[in-house]
Amino acid sequence: MNLHEYQAREILRRYGIPVPPGEVASTPAEARAIAERLGGKVVVKAQVHAGGRGKAGGVKLAKTAAEAETHAKAILGMTIKGLTVQKVLIAPAAEIASESYVGIIVDRTSQRPVLMVSPAGGIDIEEVAAKTPEKIHRRAVDPRYGLLSHQAMMLGFALYKDVKQARAAADIMQKLYAAVYGVGASLAEINPLVTTPDGAVQALDAKIAIDDNELERRPDIAALRDVSSEAPEEVAAREAGLTFIKLEGTVGCCVNGAGLAMATMDLVKYYGGEPANFLDIGGSSNPQKVVSALRIITSDPRVKVILFNIFGGITRGDDVANGIVQATREFTLKVPIVIRLTGTNEQLGVEILRKAGFSALTDMDDAVKQAVALLKGRAA
Amino acid sequence: MSVFIDNATRLVVQGITGRDGSFHAKQMMEYGTQVVAGVTPGKGGQRFENAVPVFNTVAEAVAATKANTAVIYVPAAVAASAIFEAADAGIGLVIGITEGIPVLDMTRVLPFVRERGARLIGPNCPGLISPAKSKVGIIPGNICKPGNVGVVSRSGTLTYEIVHQLSTHGLGQSTCIGIGGDPLIGTNFIDCLTAFQADAETDAIVMIGEIGGTDEQQAAEFAKREVKKPIVGFIAGQTAPPGRRMGHAGAIIAGSSGTAAEKMAAFEKAGISVMKRPADVVPLLKERM
Repeated sequence: MNLHEYQAREILRRYGIPVPPGEVASTPAEARAIAERLGGKVVVKAQVHAGGRGKAGGVKLAKTAAEAETHAKAILGMTIKGLTVQKVLIAPAAEIASESYVGIIVDRTSQRPVLMVSPAGGIDIEEVAAKTPEKIHRRAVDPRYGLLSHQAMMLGFALYKDVKQARAAADIMQKLYAAVYGVGASLAEINPLVTTPDGAVQALDAKIAIDDNELERRPDIAALRDVSSEAPEEVAAREAGLTFIKLEGTVGCCVNGAGLAMATMDLVKYYGGEPANFLDIGGSSNPQKVVSALRIITSDPRVKVILFNIFGGITRGDDVANGIVQATREFTLKVPIVIRLTGTNEQLGVEILRKAGFSALTDMDDAVKQAVALLKGRAA
Repeated sequence: MSVFIDNATRLVVQGITGRDGSFHAKQMMEYGTQVVAGVTPGKGGQRFENAVPVFNTVAEAVAATKANTAVIYVPAAVAASAIFEAADAGIGLVIGITEGIPVLDMTRVLPFVRERGARLIGPNCPGLISPAKSKVGIIPGNICKPGNVGVVSRSGTLTYEIVHQLSTHGLGQSTCIGIGGDPLIGTNFIDCLTAFQADAETDAIVMIGEIGGTDEQQAAEFAKREVKKPIVGFIAGQTAPPGRRMGHAGAIIAGSSGTAAEKMAAFEKAGISVMKRPADVVPLLKERM
């Protein structure tokens, strides 16, 4: 789950990291009131889960409160990379002497949290990594001891020559590390970490992504989710306990397991179709999940055929079959459905389907071929 | 011989009285796995299926039954704790089936397990099976056949798909291992390739990867240097949309975007035969064996 900049800034503040003032507004009038309170020049920043906000016109400088209101009016409701801006952050336009980058992520290879810092901040860090990799400094942290002071200082000196600033940066890194474990972040970035003309070190912009697996035990963090900034089908899928990603094709896929779901999409493409979605009904199955899955798939008018590919392990064939049957009692399927069902409780599942007038295939290749053939027959 | 589990495997099932734990404990017993104990705090003293003693803690189970392998079916919220407990009780092989363990929990679990000399397989994995000998986890026993192909996979159900293809065409398996789909796992491709290379009963290897990370690329380089047995590989996610990876920092640390195309190229460069679809596994293996 991605947090908005204003939410990430709030978390940094809570962990004692110096963050310049700033408040969030949902209307131009609110934006004006905040700008008046802050006084002086302000920046109006779109709060959306997309990079390149500046380039898209979602970040504007305002000299007066009235101008802040005008900018807020323009930015609120605009679309950046398909996402509608619902909120803007109003913050004082800081005078900046230097910009650095500080980030923490869990590295798959070392299996540890890794601190990454770069004196080349403020811009796309991926670009820095590609063009000038020597400007990025890394440090894997032993989670049993946390980020030790001398380790943080080494990274601090990689950013600043001045010992005071290096120390301030090191302190920020240790606090950011505490925040990562404190909120269950899979990624935490301060970009840029700035120095002001009077030498202070501050976190100007922040990005935090929360590991979805942390949300159940952290209701306060889960409450930060902004549903309005996500695709409605994906919200519905998540609430039903499914993993769903919308795609552009016409074959609605319902599969158990992420690997098999991806392989199914690949095979649809291999036989000349295009998958309409990635949908994993997950491990432990229950019929209701299958009903929800079918509801989500059929809500997409582009879907011309539905393809089930179930290889039962922890998912039971009878649960899936019961779900399909139950769904057809709750709503009408307007497109043909191809079901491949094998594995745990296969016979039970096939029997349930047969009684309800469905047939099931046992081979994945056959099922995908049939789904694509139905699609072509329909289109022709 | 087989890899990691065999007839000497004495299994304790953590979460044996839960919905998934009880269902799969029964399946494992029917398959012939020696399920010697179960653990559910508060249910110590009961007997599962009138046969398997249930204990409150793993330590008690180990003391009473000499269990040497643990499998975990407990909910995600307590799964990290269950792995700690198993390793602390002296269990040498821990298989984490549970899906949804926070990654930060795993940053603490993994060094703990290693310090105690234990091996963790998973989490978020289907476990493993040495056909006709032992099964630990959830891989359906009826799709496997004893034989000489070693299978290692990051996926669960996709593993079943490919194993099913093998068995239907008469290619049995020495051991099938699901290493898990999480970013932090206890046993990786290289560990399994090493074990299969050393296993006298394994003559060929099937490796099933997917997009994300660089484990497959590293395994490919390792295979080229160290593995003398033929390998056939598959990568799921050729049509997966980009942007599924974790922010910018992930791509930087990985030093790669982790795409299917890149992984397939790494396989080919290492002399691994690459399947375009799961059904290709049989013809490609037959070509190489």
